[in-house]
Amino acid sequence: MYAQMVQSTGTLKTREEMDERERAFQDRIDAGEKIEPQDWMPEGYRKTLVRQIGQHAHSEIVGQLPEGNWITRAPTLERKAILLAKVQDEAGHGLYLYCAAETLGVSRDEMTEKLHDGEMKYSSIFNYPTLTWADIGAVGWLVDGAAIMNQVALQRTSYGPYSRAMVRICKEESFHQRQGYSIMMKMAAGTPEQKRMAQDALDRLWYPSLMMFGPSDAESVHSAQSMAWKIKVSTNDELRQKFVDQTVPQAEYLGLTIPDDKLAWNEEKGGYNFSEPDWQEFHDVLAGNGPCNADRMAARRTAWEDGAWYRDGLVAHANKRAAQRMAAE
Amino acid sequence: MSSEWPLWEVFIRGQHGLNHRHVGSLHAPDAEMAIKNARDVYTRRNEGVSIWVVPSNQITASVPSEKGPMFEPSKSKIYRHPTFYDIPDEVGHM
Ligand SMILES: [Fe+2]
Ligand SMILES: [Fe+2]
Repeated sequence: MYAQMVQSTGTLKTREEMDERERAFQDRIDAGEKIEPQDWMPEGYRKTLVRQIGQHAHSEIVGQLPEGNWITRAPTLERKAILLAKVQDEAGHGLYLYCAAETLGVSRDEMTEKLHDGEMKYSSIFNYPTLTWADIGAVGWLVDGAAIMNQVALQRTSYGPYSRAMVRICKEESFHQRQGYSIMMKMAAGTPEQKRMAQDALDRLWYPSLMMFGPSDAESVHSAQSMAWKIKVSTNDELRQKFVDQTVPQAEYLGLTIPDDKLAWNEEKGGYNFSEPDWQEFHDVLAGNGPCNADRMAARRTAWEDGAWYRDGLVAHANKRAAQRMAAE
Repeated sequence: MSSEWPLWEVFIRGQHGLNHRHVGSLHAPDAEMAIKNARDVYTRRNEGVSIWVVPSNQITASVPSEKGPMFEPSKSKIYRHPTFYDIPDEVGHM
């Protein structure tokens, strides 16, 4: 997802192995109580949350880049205004999440620097290019669609500030998916060339979208503790299955074909059978070798470094004004 | 130089007649910019008619571990609630 393969510190303890505070903490979580910043929490809980929320925040910010790429080239003024609003929302999502992470005693600048050092990650999906306007449609439809699947579940996460950020984000996300699908509808019902572009976008982005949910549960070593702490509330495979089941009929409506020969309705499980993405590719992209990793990181670093004079200038101005006010009092 | 912008807590009055409510926080160099940023971050869909910003380090909070002594005294004072009193039906609505 926006947070993939988040390493969970702290091994899953049995009740007997927990000390009194840990047991009381687990009881609160099991009772569905939200944990708030000033409450006692195990160090592993705090660390895992910082990683997960931080990675989620970075994904919102880096995720602006593939779409920002098309703002100046949107086909109409209306589409441009819509895309601009969507990308601006993503900046907001990043900020809500950084603030949630900051309640855990880490600063936004610290997290930003860790991203730039490669010590923190962002979602693999944003390392794929947006080559045509149809990709902007497919990103809204599939990538935001997959993100919503995860974020709706995360509204029930145990950490209060994270959960509240998710509630806010979910309210804004459905516009993102709908504007994407609306682009796809236009393209799929357009000229043969436009329809080909729509199909091509789906072909390229389908498997990377499936990868967003992270590796299969069987392989996901960090899930158990995160699930027990309700930092994660659904498994990767559950969410992926839900996403496929939701998306297949939407593709059919568009008259587009999902690039998977094995895709078939399975009456028994009440869902589709589908092919797994190439997990080797996923690991390669996460390791920094995707088509756009270098570009994305370069763009983020440049924005950070080129903006330093502005951030510093405003601080200098604020300090000067504060000094003047002091003198006047 | 690169000093981090301080953190501000943001409170928004959603509609006329309602209280300001805490909605989150943000970084800004001063109060004026904090209000501007709060407008962009927290009111993109007409969520507000008024914004307050307060430096986060100016907030004093009650201590979670003292929750008991702090809030329990009011629990036993059930006579503060109207339902404590039985008023006969004949008296009518009160
Ligand atoms: Fe988002
Ligand atoms: Fe989005």
